[in-house]
Amino acid sequence: MDIEKELTELKAKVDSAPGMENKLSMVIFSGDLDKQLASMIIATGAAAMGMKVVLFYTFWGTAALRDPAKKAGGKNFMGKMFGFMLPKGRNKLKLSQMNMAGAGTAMMKDLMKKKNVASLDQLFEVAAMLGIEIFICEMSMDLMGMKKEEMIDYPGLKVCGVASFLAEAKESAVQLFI
Amino acid sequence: MSEFTVAKTLDCKGLACPMPIVKLSVEITKMKVGDVVEMLSTDPGSLADVPSWAKSTGNAVLETKQEPGLIRFYVKRQK
Repeated sequence: MDIEKELTELKAKVDSAPGMENKLSMVIFSGDLDKQLASMIIATGAAAMGMKVVLFYTFWGTAALRDPAKKAGGKNFMGKMFGFMLPKGRNKLKLSQMNMAGAGTAMMKDLMKKKNVASLDQLFEVAAMLGIEIFICEMSMDLMGMKKEEMIDYPGLKVCGVASFLAEAKESAVQLFI
Repeated sequence: MSEFTVAKTLDCKGLACPMPIVKLSVEITKMKVGDVVEMLSTDPGSLADVPSWAKSTGNAVLETKQEPGLIRFYVKRQK
């Protein structure tokens, strides 16, 4: 047995194995304000730690990426209904608990301002500055009749499918689902 | 005591998680390797977070001073 030969073979194997990159891939499924805040805090924190960050917005999460100032035409009845019922942008999200018909959410936002906790607006700004990537699930958008032209302006915003997320997640050291 | 000179002071007073480390990470890239930044924070969470951040990014926390209502970190850019 040639141990040295085996060792070099093993080394080559380890080197060529799909490795864990210093990267965070996160699925943002929830459209709740608190969960979106937590995910953005984790994402910006990770980027500050020197990690590459990819956020994949799907299902209820996608509503947070709508731009209240933009309109998209050509929607069918269901699309219009979803458009009407879902929050129009990140500032219209509600808490998952203690919403109390909006009073709880308003109180929480007020408290955050007093305690100088960054708002979603500020966190998105920081995210763009740190080069955090945002992917939007194409199927969720299609299902709820959302269009790319009603989404926020964000550098490199990409509409894609599950394969794009998985390709990123596969090589990420950290994967989260929120 | 302090055998280092502070190249820059970064004021993070009043900021909450994750802003102190976000600001620190942005600021440190603007500095030269070997330079020391003094970071002022009022966020008690940063006591644990700044060392974790430094460990993970390969920078060094030279000193941490706690004063009533203020924490001073001295962070050296290592690479």
